Amino acid sequence: MTQSVVVQVGQCGNQVGCRFWDLALREHAHVNKKGLYDEALSSFFRNVDSRKCDGEAHFVGGRIQHLKARAVLVDMEEGVVNEILHGPLREMFDSTQLLTDVSGSGNNWAVGHMTYGSAYREQIVDKLRKAAEHCDCLQCFFLIHSMGGGTGSGLGTKVLSLLEEEFPEVCRIVTSIYPSAEDDVVTSPYNSILAMRELTEHADCVLPVENQSLVDIVKKIKHISDSGKPGTVIRRESAVISGQGGLIGAEKPFDAMNNIVANLLLNITSSARFEGSLNMDLNEIAMNLVPFPRLHYLVPSLTPLYTLADVSVPSRRLDQMFSDAFSKEHQLIRADPKHSLYLACALMVRGNVQVSDLRRNIERLKPSLPFVSWNQEGWKTGLCSVPPVGHSHSLLALANNTCVKTTFMELRERFTKLYRKKAHLHHYLHVEGMEQSHFSEALSSLSSLIEEYQQLDATKGRFMPDAPRLRIAR
Amino acid sequence: MSVVTVQLGQCGNQVGQQLLHSLLCDAQDGQRKELCTASRERFFHQDIHGELVARAVLIDMEPKVINQSISRAARSGMWRYGETSHFSQKQGSGNNWANGFCVHGPAHREVVEELVRREVERCDRLSGLLAMMSVAGGTGSGVGTYVTQCLRDVYPKSFILNHLTWPYGTGEVIVQNYNSVLTLAHLYKLSDAILVHENDTVHQICSQLLNIKHISFADVNSVIAHQLGSVLQPALTADSQGAYSRNPLGELVSALCCHPEFKLLSVSSIPQVPLASMAYSSFSWPSLLKHLRQMLISNSKMEEGIDWTVRPPAAAERSRSLTAGSFNTSLANVLILRGKDVYSAETGGFEDPALYSSWLSPQEAFSVWKSPVHFNKYEKSATLVSNSQALLRPLDSMVGGAWNMFASRAYIHQYTKFGISEEDFLDSFSSLEQVISSYKQLC
Repeated sequence: MTQSVVVQVGQCGNQVGCRFWDLALREHAHVNKKGLYDEALSSFFRNVDSRKCDGEAHFVGGRIQHLKARAVLVDMEEGVVNEILHGPLREMFDSTQLLTDVSGSGNNWAVGHMTYGSAYREQIVDKLRKAAEHCDCLQCFFLIHSMGGGTGSGLGTKVLSLLEEEFPEVCRIVTSIYPSAEDDVVTSPYNSILAMRELTEHADCVLPVENQSLVDIVKKIKHISDSGKPGTVIRRESAVISGQGGLIGAEKPFDAMNNIVANLLLNITSSARFEGSLNMDLNEIAMNLVPFPRLHYLVPSLTPLYTLADVSVPSRRLDQMFSDAFSKEHQLIRADPKHSLYLACALMVRGNVQVSDLRRNIERLKPSLPFVSWNQEGWKTGLCSVPPVGHSHSLLALANNTCVKTTFMELRERFTKLYRKKAHLHHYLHVEGMEQSHFSEALSSLSSLIEEYQQLDATKGRFMPDAPRLRIAR
Repeated sequence: MSVVTVQLGQCGNQVGQQLLHSLLCDAQDGQRKELCTASRERFFHQDIHGELVARAVLIDMEPKVINQSISRAARSGMWRYGETSHFSQKQGSGNNWANGFCVHGPAHREVVEELVRREVERCDRLSGLLAMMSVAGGTGSGVGTYVTQCLRDVYPKSFILNHLTWPYGTGEVIVQNYNSVLTLAHLYKLSDAILVHENDTVHQICSQLLNIKHISFADVNSVIAHQLGSVLQPALTADSQGAYSRNPLGELVSALCCHPEFKLLSVSSIPQVPLASMAYSSFSWPSLLKHLRQMLISNSKMEEGIDWTVRPPAAAERSRSLTAGSFNTSLANVLILRGKDVYSAETGGFEDPALYSSWLSPQEAFSVWKSPVHFNKYEKSATLVSNSQALLRPLDSMVGGAWNMFASRAYIHQYTKFGISEEDFLDSFSSLEQVISSYKQLC
């Protein structure tokens, strides 16, 4: 059984991370009735005896003494981390896992990446190393951050390149929250594009999530639960936005949206933690979904978003769950994968679903989904027998689809609007180590990425003849 | 003589456990002392408490499946795996053949060889090694190929039979075609015979013949275990002189794989009915054999929906082409009959020279094994192990799919970073094109 370490950077990263730990505990508490520290728990938590001053870790199989999250929390402001440390999750983190400063990055990527990046380099590497040493077999680093700000975006991507440098063998899966067009940070396009270049070069997989999509999903769920129609009462803890049953009580504004991202992370790791008839490990995700090294942006979609509480209403058919996974409304970025080209697609199913149900649905949906010519059968599937809390089954779809190109193109447009006028540029160029060339290089990196997706898109719908086979002399 | 089973990867371990279980359940069913002794001796040894311990080694790069298989066996109360007969690591091969073959395989070579050596030394006489794996993933395929290579080095005179499970055509793993091509090309040089089950075919058997509504991998695995079991359970062969054969793998290999270019074996079994219907079904040898023969020549794996219009071509019409007609030419066949009145079964239909290629006489191409004792509760059952063109289409589409992907160089960077070069890919492609060409031209 392998372990993963979560690295949460910046305000958004830490808030999402916090929701993740809360929901992870809830999930394990639901499954682990005996209070034993089992393999599943050990993938994200250490078991520590806090009476001993050294806090020696206990081995798998014993009783749970004291769980500590395998995490590193980084923020250049103290607010969010302090809140965590005063909340019900405070026992899960000890001081060696935290790195904070006071003044923040001022929504400036350069400050985050260059200034803080170099000032705190040693400390960051040290804390990462400690977290890695506590793992028997470290498989993956999960980085959570936002793209629009200064710390998450700038320092977060610095951490990413440090991870590649110090732990090249360990997979890096990055969850990046992209700003919506109405983002209140004016310079978010600059921050995002500068960060994009780092993601393209240093991450193994990126799961882009757009704030706007999260907002839309939250609205949709609230609408259903408020509509008051009979048979539409949702089981509270089942909604993908719900933190019900977790430790943290009252819900705060971004909580609903952050819960969705937290659920995404839980589902991605489910097959690595729990058993099933067709296991899917984390290293299999990169292997199957990334045909070319730079094209590693995977569009996530989660279904179902909730289960109905009323048992007399027939539960949503399994097949509906599969159809929903490909609909526009369930994608976590604002894009329509059905109308773009699929390079590869992974379906991670949890709960009481059999291989025949999976196959039937793939057969059913395949004709309406355009796949690239050389990967017509490009499906990777995983079956995990443990469903998430409040559901009997769930599905996470990860698609390597050219529809991400629209998101990137929009981002580029917003960037160019500012860059043309050189608006706010001086804030960045004043930072030591930052030069104009960083901007132009980041822009050209993004443009060539878009171009690569464009080229693949151009093959869509075109009949591509099979490559002529080798001939054997007789 | 004993068979040592080496279970590799998730699939190999799941199927292997079910195979051993169904062999033992059948052997201990009712009063069949001779068969029981022979079967137990072949696949199990007795520990000091008299418990049956499988002659098997379980290998996987992550521990979950091995733990499951070991506990399932123990729960049966009838047999178990050896306590130290397994080896696993913490992290899997990531569906990457190169990771399995170039990294994990060599890293654990000594441990694995030691485990197999211990089982082999426990056998009074070794009949051969049965390696069980899938071709789509990373461990079964990559580590499995490496382990087969090691076994070939360490036991050059022993028979090695590889049992492969081919994945569903519509992907379980996206890079399954690459993994399959690399595995088959390498195994062809190492293995004595390659026995194949295809998930698609078995799935159809589950849905259409066994009427299972929600088919799980457990159902698929139990059909594979039944078919494979009916081949490996002891039987009386022409060479065994009235006793149960002591050389099953050797006899299978020499009956079917007389030419190094032709090693792909497929299995068909008849009847396959749901357990609930067995009480109401009656079988006759003529009917069973007639259906089985037609299944062979029309390349159908089930007794339903057989195309009865397919006939062996007249001598003059014989042509060398995949598409001309749907007649399935055989190189060799072994027919295994088990059950009541087995000695009265008329197998002449399988000796028709029209079924076979021209370079073996039907007497050399066809063998029959019999057992008067029924298998797995079927009053009468017949299994056919064929070396024929039956696997040509799936093999061709596997190689075609891989080649198309290779032409775009998609995913290649994932393999080259572990030490497999484009040259290696090309070598594998040419080996398999050679195999395809040989089978295509069989007439």
